Amino acid sequence: MDLPGLAFAILALFIGAGAVPLLARFGRAIAAWAAAATLAVAALPLLPLASGALDGVVVVQRIAWLPEWGLDLAFRFDGLGLLFAILILGIGQLVVLYAAYYMPREDGLGRLFGLLLAFAGGMLGVVLAENLLLLVLFWEITSVASFLLIAYKHDATEARIAARMALAVTGGGGLALLAGVLLLGRMAGSYALTEVLAAGDLIRADPLYPVALVLVLLGAFTKSAQFPFHFWLPNAMAAPTPVSAYLHSATMVKAGVFLLARMYPALSGTDLWFALVSGTGAVTLAYGAYVALLKHDLKGLLAYSTISHLGLITLLFGLETPLSAVAAVFHIINHAIFKASLFMAAGIIDHECGTRDMRRINGLARFMPVTAGLGIVAAGSMAGVPLLNGFLSKEMFFTEAVAQPALAGYAYVLPAFATIAGILSVAYSARFVHDVFFNGAPVNLPRTPHEAPPWMLAPVGVLVALCLVVGLLPQLSIGALLHAASTATIGNEPPAYTLAIWHGFNLPLVMSLAALAGGLLWYRFRHFLYDLHERYAPNLSSPAAFERVFNAAAAGARWLLARLDSVSLHRYLTLLLVSTLGLAGFAWHSASPSPLAGPLPPTPADPLAYGALAALVFGALGCAFWHRQRPVAIIFASVVGLIVSLVFIRFSAPDLAMTQLSVEVVTIVLLLLSLRFLPAETAPRRRPGRAGLNAILAIAGGAGVAALAYAMLTRPFETISGWFAANAVEGGGGTNVVNVILVDFRGFDTLGEVAVLALAALGAHALLDGLRMQPQVPGPDRPGDRHPIMLAMLMRPLLPLALVVAFHILLRGHNLPGGGFIAGLITGVVLVLQYLAVGIDVTETRLRIDHVRLFAAGLGIAAATGFASMAFGLPFLTGTHGYLGIPLVGPVHLASALVFDLGIYLVVVATVLMVLTALGRLSQRELAPGRAG
Amino acid sequence: MEALLATGIGTLVAAGLWLILQARSFSVVLGLTLLSYGANLFIFAAGRLAPVAAPLALPGAARLADALPQALVLTAIVISFGMTAYLVALALRAMAETGTDHVDGREDGP
Repeated sequence: MDLPGLAFAILALFIGAGAVPLLARFGRAIAAWAAAATLAVAALPLLPLASGALDGVVVVQRIAWLPEWGLDLAFRFDGLGLLFAILILGIGQLVVLYAAYYMPREDGLGRLFGLLLAFAGGMLGVVLAENLLLLVLFWEITSVASFLLIAYKHDATEARIAARMALAVTGGGGLALLAGVLLLGRMAGSYALTEVLAAGDLIRADPLYPVALVLVLLGAFTKSAQFPFHFWLPNAMAAPTPVSAYLHSATMVKAGVFLLARMYPALSGTDLWFALVSGTGAVTLAYGAYVALLKHDLKGLLAYSTISHLGLITLLFGLETPLSAVAAVFHIINHAIFKASLFMAAGIIDHECGTRDMRRINGLARFMPVTAGLGIVAAGSMAGVPLLNGFLSKEMFFTEAVAQPALAGYAYVLPAFATIAGILSVAYSARFVHDVFFNGAPVNLPRTPHEAPPWMLAPVGVLVALCLVVGLLPQLSIGALLHAASTATIGNEPPAYTLAIWHGFNLPLVMSLAALAGGLLWYRFRHFLYDLHERYAPNLSSPAAFERVFNAAAAGARWLLARLDSVSLHRYLTLLLVSTLGLAGFAWHSASPSPLAGPLPPTPADPLAYGALAALVFGALGCAFWHRQRPVAIIFASVVGLIVSLVFIRFSAPDLAMTQLSVEVVTIVLLLLSLRFLPAETAPRRRPGRAGLNAILAIAGGAGVAALAYAMLTRPFETISGWFAANAVEGGGGTNVVNVILVDFRGFDTLGEVAVLALAALGAHALLDGLRMQPQVPGPDRPGDRHPIMLAMLMRPLLPLALVVAFHILLRGHNLPGGGFIAGLITGVVLVLQYLAVGIDVTETRLRIDHVRLFAAGLGIAAATGFASMAFGLPFLTGTHGYLGIPLVGPVHLASALVFDLGIYLVVVATVLMVLTALGRLSQRELAPGRAG
Repeated sequence: MEALLATGIGTLVAAGLWLILQARSFSVVLGLTLLSYGANLFIFAAGRLAPVAAPLALPGAARLADALPQALVLTAIVISFGMTAYLVALALRAMAETGTDHVDGREDGP
């Protein structure tokens, strides 16, 4: 198959995910190089498409997968895809390099890189998917990969809890997204992104638009840690820092805002979109920024700042001004760059100091000046300091906040809010810089910090350099990419904008300066704020609330399971019967009234029929009534079996009568053999009250079936049997239509049935093989009685005679009543009689039948008949027949179906023998007789 | 005749249900046997009662019994034998493992 380049890029990452852990056994360096090489190889097929994507060319590549479900392996490469591919593969390379130095020596890196590559594959799939269902599939892959990566240190309880929480939140969001996507696909008539994006007006006009929007947003908000689903992200910091830098700042949490960008043309532009998206974004922006300052954990501060910045991006996507989407895309880029570098710097600090507590980490600028320099620049970008990239997108945010049409006349609300958010982000950035790198001397650190090795600093250096380059030369460095990604996001050419450091002295610049000053002031008085927070802030803990809900759900599931799964057959059956009867009664009640008796005139009944019915009812009720005396019950059951055979004879079914009769014999022997090891009498019921309920259920069920049978019997019907009867001779070469159906017309079904039979016998054999049981019934007093001499003498002539009869029945079955099933059962009955007459050992030494081989032979013959017809180019089991001239005998009619029937015969014989000898052997192995009952 | 057969089938089903509700392995085996008799007769009756001629496509045969339900029931009889055999083996094994013939594997069960 011709593999399109985009699919190859994703596939390469998954192949790498499998291969790197295997290669890791040759050393850490090999693992790191292999991971880096995989990311590079994945980038190769994208390179030739990159320049086209920058020019606005959309490439769609498609492999049909399940077209009838609208699910194709379709991929799309446009400006937005290009931007995210660069983030995923580029930052991925840096993270690999960083992780190779960060991870402890004893870690083989195979598992880490394997999971990282699997994640990268899923993430690249999300951003390149053209089919929405495919997007959801890859979305879930990122959730699972993130789960595994958070739980990387799986012996730590907190890591496991954090991973479970992240999976529950993002996985739940994924389910909502799936539902939303299904709705969108129905509205747009296709799951292809191109068509969905073009059907924006149709979707927004659909009455179900609010539902679909909320579902899709649930997916996006959970993934991008928007309030109130944000709580999993800080806990996800239990992951190793390279993972945090990659997944939980630069890529995975960006999947949510990516989704907002991707669906922007289809879903945005309504009041609901504005309210939900910008509202959620604004709350998240402010909340994350506020909490970030309160965190003493270095990674905790960064996690909440990530939440805050994701909120900012979401807010921008929600705004109505056309340029706000451009600002959002720009901030996605900038945040990925500075936040990944900050996480890496935090990891270096953690690595060197042995702690991430900012109350102890102070004054590191003296110990590790390079790290300090890089960290300060990156934090400056986070705060929006001029000449750095963060400043540019924040400035755009302020501009859009000012440009946003007034909220109910309060024009100053959004700009004021934006400024306050800016103040908060400056404050926590200031804390990151001042607390860690200055502010006196370290407090009681586990180890003395040193500068990190150059190769560990290199990835941070690259990212910080990017902060500067983008910040100083925005148009030259990022202009084309931003333009292409914005175009792809909005769906057409974005309005004109200029990427420049200096836009003149205007309101946004004043807001920026106010934020910087205000933030520093806020930081200066932080201790006052901590006190206030300690004293007045409500003690709300989302993780604890999540755990409560989670545990309550688990307890609920256990409760429900205990109610439903009572491990009681009686209760299951009762539930089943009650619901069946209820449904039947409902159907009866709600159907249009029709009399029980149909239009067919009743057939007159003769006295014999009354007698037979009386015997049948007597047998059935006797069996039910005397079921505690088990041997008696067996006799009653056999009476029923005999009557049923008579019914078959009476109504022109000789084959059935013969089958029923021989099965009856074998079954009775089987039941009697088993009785030796089961209590001869049923223990009295423990709950006598149940008898009434049981009786009601049984009678109701019986009455229902009787009514159904009567209604059916008195109504006319069309049978399809006419075709079988008309074609039996010509097509199947036999006059016994029943047999022809079994071995020719429906031969494949029969092959399956004998296979089931063989499985049942093998299962019974396996259950009883080697089992030693204590007989519940005392054995015969006189051993001589075991094998009555009369029977033994009688069997000598009878055995060969009976076998000949069976063989005759087998041969004639195609034309007259008989066939493989009946012949097999007759043979089985005869051999059972032989066992009874002379015992298992004698019989087996004489017959030397290996049951398993008999099964193999029977099934093999039956299947070979089927394949033989394939050798002639005909479908499996096509029958053929013809006349064979035998000297003296004359022409003999032979059908290939006979060979098939022979296979059936052998399987049936083997089934009977295997089951009965398995039971019979129990008596030979029995333990010393103990107390009966 | 139809009413008689319907009564017979209903009785078999009622007796079978009663027996499997007894929750003892041997009763369940017996009950399932009776239930399969009832079910087989029901399927057989779906071809309607035809005391005419066996389904043998011999020359001159005018009206034949419906062969299709017969073919279905024939295999059903044999399969129900296989099922009975398996259940009996299961009952014995359960008896050996748990020391009781209660289908829930414990005497003190619900």
